[in-house]
Amino acid sequence: MSEKSRAERAQHLRERLNNELNRMSLDQCVKCTICETSCPVAAVTPLFSGPKFVGPQAERFRDGDSVDHSVDYCSSCGTCSVVCPQGVNVAELNSLARAVMKAEHGVPIRDRIITQTVLMGQAMTPVAPLANAVLDNKLARFAMEKVVGVHRGAPMPTARTQSLHTWLKKRPAPAKAPTRGALVYFHGCAGGYFEVDAAKKAIEVLEHLGYEVLVPPQGCCGLAEQSNGLFEQATKSVRALVKALRSAGTDLTIVSTAGSCTGMLKHEAHEILGLHDTELADVGTRIREISEFLMELHEAGELPTDFEPIKQRLPYHAPCQLKSQGMGTPAFDLLRLIPGLEVVDSNATCCGIAGTYGLKKEKYDIAQAVGKPLFDMVKQTEQGLAACDTETCRWQIENSTGVRTVHPIVLVHQAYGLGAVTP
Amino acid sequence: MKRLETDVVVIGGGSTGLGVVRDAALRGYRAVLVERVDLGQGTTGRFHGLLHSGGRYVVSDPQSATECAEENAILRRIQASAVEDTGGFFVTLPGDDPSYADQFLAGAAKTGVPATEISVAEALRREPRLHPGIQRAIEVADGSVDGWQLVWGAARSAMSHGAKVLTYHRVTRIEREGGRVSAVLCRDEKGGEDIRIECSFVLNCAGPWAGQIAAMAGAREVEVVAGRGIMIAMNHRIVNTVINRCVYPTDGDILVPVHTVSIIGTTDIHESDPDHLPIPRDEVQQMLDAGEAMIPGFRTARALHAWSGSRPLIKDDRVAAHDTRNMSRGMAVIDHSERDGLTGMLTIGGGKLTTYRLMAEHIMDAMGDQLGENRPCRTADEVIPGSEDRRLYAVTHRLEEREADRLDDPIVCECELMSRSMLVDALHAQPNATLDDLRRQLRLGMGPCQGGFCAARAAGIACSEQVADAERATGLLRLFLKHRWIGLWPILYGPQVRQTALDHWIFAGTLDVEHLPHPEQEVVR
Repeated sequence: MSEKSRAERAQHLRERLNNELNRMSLDQCVKCTICETSCPVAAVTPLFSGPKFVGPQAERFRDGDSVDHSVDYCSSCGTCSVVCPQGVNVAELNSLARAVMKAEHGVPIRDRIITQTVLMGQAMTPVAPLANAVLDNKLARFAMEKVVGVHRGAPMPTARTQSLHTWLKKRPAPAKAPTRGALVYFHGCAGGYFEVDAAKKAIEVLEHLGYEVLVPPQGCCGLAEQSNGLFEQATKSVRALVKALRSAGTDLTIVSTAGSCTGMLKHEAHEILGLHDTELADVGTRIREISEFLMELHEAGELPTDFEPIKQRLPYHAPCQLKSQGMGTPAFDLLRLIPGLEVVDSNATCCGIAGTYGLKKEKYDIAQAVGKPLFDMVKQTEQGLAACDTETCRWQIENSTGVRTVHPIVLVHQAYGLGAVTP
Repeated sequence: MKRLETDVVVIGGGSTGLGVVRDAALRGYRAVLVERVDLGQGTTGRFHGLLHSGGRYVVSDPQSATECAEENAILRRIQASAVEDTGGFFVTLPGDDPSYADQFLAGAAKTGVPATEISVAEALRREPRLHPGIQRAIEVADGSVDGWQLVWGAARSAMSHGAKVLTYHRVTRIEREGGRVSAVLCRDEKGGEDIRIECSFVLNCAGPWAGQIAAMAGAREVEVVAGRGIMIAMNHRIVNTVINRCVYPTDGDILVPVHTVSIIGTTDIHESDPDHLPIPRDEVQQMLDAGEAMIPGFRTARALHAWSGSRPLIKDDRVAAHDTRNMSRGMAVIDHSERDGLTGMLTIGGGKLTTYRLMAEHIMDAMGDQLGENRPCRTADEVIPGSEDRRLYAVTHRLEEREADRLDDPIVCECELMSRSMLVDALHAQPNATLDDLRRQLRLGMGPCQGGFCAARAAGIACSEQVADAERATGLLRLFLKHRWIGLWPILYGPQVRQTALDHWIFAGTLDVEHLPHPEQEVVR
């Protein structure tokens, strides 16, 4: 990109952001510091000045060229906005400031690569054993850290030999005819390529409940691009996804196992990317995170609870980007319906990974320090298994504790007698 | 009694006085400035922060317009660190007469004020919060200027040329020998002693108080009409460009982005006592309405602080005494030798902060005329200390500075990003300063929390740095909070109420500031 067009894009973005309602919300800040005491990043490193500092405070000093590059130490976990009692959109302000900075200064190649999740899945699936071997190889990871800037210790997804859509094409038709009508299923990039097992099981649970599950071809929600300040790319991604999800029907409930991507569709694309598309609003209104959906059924008395017991203690972590959806922790409530299952809430703010944050070599140690209380808790309570709603958080927990970590739906699947947790 | 001897005593530590003492020093006169309180505590610290392009006066006052345009360019050159190049728009709001813009452009061309009409779309692109229904937009070279940085810069310049600047020195008497001024007597309010300054000339730059000073010298009454105006600082920069309403000058027609806030102003009401300037509720409402007319949603934005300032207009026979709006903004120099048979004293009034340097040049020329000397003015060419790099101020500067030192230097005032070392340096340089004195120089407590979080920290640091004992530190804190309150109560609505409640809980509930040990006599300065 030429310098001139970069400057123009940055200026354009700054002009837009100056007029954002998010920016207006800084007027509500009374400096109480609750966000700072809740911020998982500021708690472990002085490199991040804290959400109040880089958010409502620094924003009053911003005009034109970015000068506070440390805003990039924000992991975008969104905790500050959740805890703010005055309604300041702290995390949103930080994301916008970072986007302007990235537009001015350019985005490292590394950040462009690690946000291309669909591409990674497409490339790795056909050569899964080889890809996994490479990602397990210390020398290869060392080279990757040096050349690309992805920390050698950071969690990497495991490639699968079969994508979800290949499985969908090859599997026999569901045995039971649907009794409850159709749903659209949103699996996210991870569900399509890496977390295929959880995605399959989600489909099987929904079918078991009597739904016809429509799975339109779908791409990435753009969240990773957005949190890396690549707003234009993120906008394209989320709009394409909205179109794909609407292609399966414009009045069906959309059910998702991609916890953080659900938040992107529900509120982040609107609040951070500034998209006011009615189509996005439509999808955002119809989408339910899968545990949220099942608990809504439960509250309506429509969820069968003929669960087989699972006698186990299970550490459960509700990810930061799930909490920011303002729906409580439905997976925690859902798992507690399973007899014998002793679900222990991690009560941890964040695992540290925050999408792609903890992959970066300059942030890896911070991310590990952020996640430490969670890792300790998992290690102390686990009996071979932990649960968490979002993919990258599961990889982070597994990588840092050695404890197999699954999507909560996998346990629901087992409790319905649809199959045991597979290794 | 302490004695000093000098050529010129300048009375008044506002922009006029500092401009004059600098000019005098640069012309080689020995000069002493006396100010009854701190620098820039009167009119200079109570304006809306506008560095005029001249645009506002192109129709109503062409001479002022030209002077503003010229001085605007000079200040950017010599005092860059006090000036921000915000640019300005004159916009025709829905319902305003669009043909006024033609008069405006014609006036601008005649007066040499740079002005270019831009498209409404361009204006809205650059300032998206402007009323979308604006009819026309003209771009001018408005800026914003920090009055305190301006006067302190001029003070440093004057002092570097041998001048003395004595703050908290209240004039108690002006002595004359026959028809000539011979000495100025002052009370050093902080040091508690009297001081006699023998001089051959007195320059009365006391602004709204100039009439009182002239009376001390036994001059016939100089009628200074205090034209009071209120201003309200909003919590953030709602705009980054000065927004002027393109109409004949009226109330509430300017919104200025200054530092981290935007200031709406102002009204113009005749007041008799410049020491007691009210901030009436109806005028607050009037300003919010005026802001709303330019920026839809303005009323729902957070107001931070309100204040009242007084224009020092010398009464002009051409207009009625109550009509301060239409009194000339041009400066007036009163030569008491012709008027009162008193030589060695000049009184100056009128003018505006943008033209402070030019006013000083005029008064010094008038002094030279009376003395029969012709020393050339050098103030337009010499760069003021602190602006040697000629880098104009930008709102991002403090954020940039804290980005560099944040890991080593704690931040005391979070809202205005004032570091601990900034405060400590100032405390040691001015150990007698009140927190308000430091506020004017450092912006301590001028942000959203209005001292709620930083004032106690600052008082504690004054104590730990052994600049004040515990009792005085408490006294300083209480004085600071009292002064903040004056500007808070008139705008207590919306988020600022919540802030003020939280601040009150902190001070009254947690710190019990009303019952801390404090000096026998309340700290007042």
